[in-house]
Amino acid sequence: MSTILVVAEQLGGELKSATLPTIGFAKQAAAATGGEVVVLVLGSGASGAAEAASRFGASRVLYVDGAQYADYLAENYAPAVVEVAKSVGATVVCAPSTTTGKDFLPRVAALLDAGFVSDAIDVAEVDGDVVYKRPIWSGNLIARVTSHTDITAVTVRTTAFEAPAEGAAVSVETISVSSGAATNAAFVSFDQVKTDRPPLTDADVVIAGGRGLKSGEAFGMLEELADKLGAAVGASRAAVDSGYAPNDWQIGQTGKIIAPNLYIGVAISGAIQHLAGMKASKVIVAINKDPEAPIFQVSDFGLVEDAFKAVPELTSKL
Amino acid sequence: MKILAMVKRVVDPEVKVKLTGDAQLDPSILDYKLNYFDEYSVEEAVRLKESGAASEIVVVCIGSGDAQKEIRTALAMGADRGILVETDEADRLDSLTKAKLLAKVVEREEPGMVLMGKLAVDSESNAVGQMLAALTGFAQGTFAFKCEVDGDTVTVGREVDGGTSDVKLTLPAVVTADLRLNEPRYASLPGIMKAKKKPLEVIDPDDLDADIDLDEPAIEILGYELPPQREAGEIVDSVDALIDRLKNKAKVL
Ligand SMILES: Cc1cc2nc3c(=O)[nH]c(=O)nc-3n(C[C@H](O)[C@H](O)[C@H](O)COP(=O)(O)OP(=O)(O)OC[C@H]3O[C@@H](n4cnc5c(N)ncnc54)[C@H](O)[C@@H]3O)c2cc1C
Repeated sequence: MSTILVVAEQLGGELKSATLPTIGFAKQAAAATGGEVVVLVLGSGASGAAEAASRFGASRVLYVDGAQYADYLAENYAPAVVEVAKSVGATVVCAPSTTTGKDFLPRVAALLDAGFVSDAIDVAEVDGDVVYKRPIWSGNLIARVTSHTDITAVTVRTTAFEAPAEGAAVSVETISVSSGAATNAAFVSFDQVKTDRPPLTDADVVIAGGRGLKSGEAFGMLEELADKLGAAVGASRAAVDSGYAPNDWQIGQTGKIIAPNLYIGVAISGAIQHLAGMKASKVIVAINKDPEAPIFQVSDFGLVEDAFKAVPELTSKL
Repeated sequence: MKILAMVKRVVDPEVKVKLTGDAQLDPSILDYKLNYFDEYSVEEAVRLKESGAASEIVVVCIGSGDAQKEIRTALAMGADRGILVETDEADRLDSLTKAKLLAKVVEREEPGMVLMGKLAVDSESNAVGQMLAALTGFAQGTFAFKCEVDGDTVTVGREVDGGTSDVKLTLPAVVTADLRLNEPRYASLPGIMKAKKKPLEVIDPDDLDADIDLDEPAIEILGYELPPQREAGEIVDSVDALIDRLKNKAKVL
């Protein structure tokens, strides 16, 4: 019997949507190994997030309240997760592959002496082994791996799993842990990029801009189009490095991994590190003035045109 | 303060992937280089030394004998000496196994800070730094775009979902570099000449006495497969045609 522990992600008491496909992964892992799913929420006055996580098919939802979880810090999260993983007898501990999950879960893995699988896109039982698939080499290759440790820690690529259907809620159990706050690390600040748009990783439509836009002002043109489509706005690394867009907008190997219904790349050449972040989009559109731009090789529809002409025209005609 | 800069010899991700009949990598295609992210961590270490915050930079690599080349590259950028934990199995070792080996090197060298890239562009686990921090009891500052040392603390600015976050760590700490941390320098010709004479110690992993089994790492790679390929679609000749396709063919508008 296996126990799959999902460490939920919350911000200010609100459950982050990345948690739901992670529960989807956990259910698939539980089905493959004949086990159950337990969800853990850490927070300070964040029981609402635990309530929100309780309707997606987990057999138990655990909530730990502590002032040291008010702001996220790996050194505070990791010992608490380790304690809970041991007490519930977890065989798999997983978290979404967000910057938070990627930060604390390897730390948890080392403390549990657990093998670590990064960015899982599949899990199945094959000939008695639990086999995970994970993309490597900027998405150009997929590795099939299995773990030889008693516990395995897994970060989950959220675009590869569905959120489970909402059902009846289980009651949230408030538990306590003995670990306190770290003495060698402190949270200082979180500068949040304010936006009224949907988060990049949740949006149905994403408009992304590249270095070819040549200024931050030119991104305003993309925002007008995004407003029309209810879309999120993203960027290539070159555009972020040039200061045209905030780092939170970066799509790719070192940015966000997205899989919207529609991705429109404007003045983006299509480097492999960028493709690694958006290749799973359902429909890819590229607008680029260079007919040889590599992004056209992966696009369903391409328009060879100057962005400063095509984008305003598209916005006005929609 | 002594800084350990961990570097990895990685497969160049631009190579064209080829698999053998039994789902293993065709070795003839492999081309190696210094992990891109480690250029940023080595650069940061060199800058900390130039500013007086660090006194010595030791480059550490787990790799085959050929990885001396990547260590020399880091030495040419300004690091002082190198340590190669030599094994031909490096490409098969998982993050936990590597972190345990590196923790032993940390125990021996007692650095004030460990700097490393946040991820290796080939295996892409983004984990060894965090694991090393856990095993040594060091604080961690991951995905750093800022690394400011002040006495016995370091303030690390981190690139995170939703924006940026600062953490203040008491040294010793592990800091993992993101790509906006600095602008790595090219090694100068005198730098390359000097690097050839800098000390490079080769260690047998067995001598580190780590709790690992090189023949059975925690995570075993069973095989590889190619991701689904996307085909080039249609080039449309106008915005009107694009809107038509999105509405009527793809049905996404
Ligand atoms: C380790 C590593 C990690 C990386 N991670 C990422 C990542 O996560 N995400 C990412 O995006 N990149 C990443 N990169 C960078 C990547 O390699 C490319 O450099 C980057 O994606 C290029 O951005 P771009 O397409 O905006 O710029 P460019 O490659 O400069 O392309 C600009 C494009 O704009 C077009 N253009 C110019 N003017 C116009 C116009 N007026 N109208 C229409 N088109 C125009 C040009 O034809 C060109 O195709 C990474 C690189 C490395 C080495």
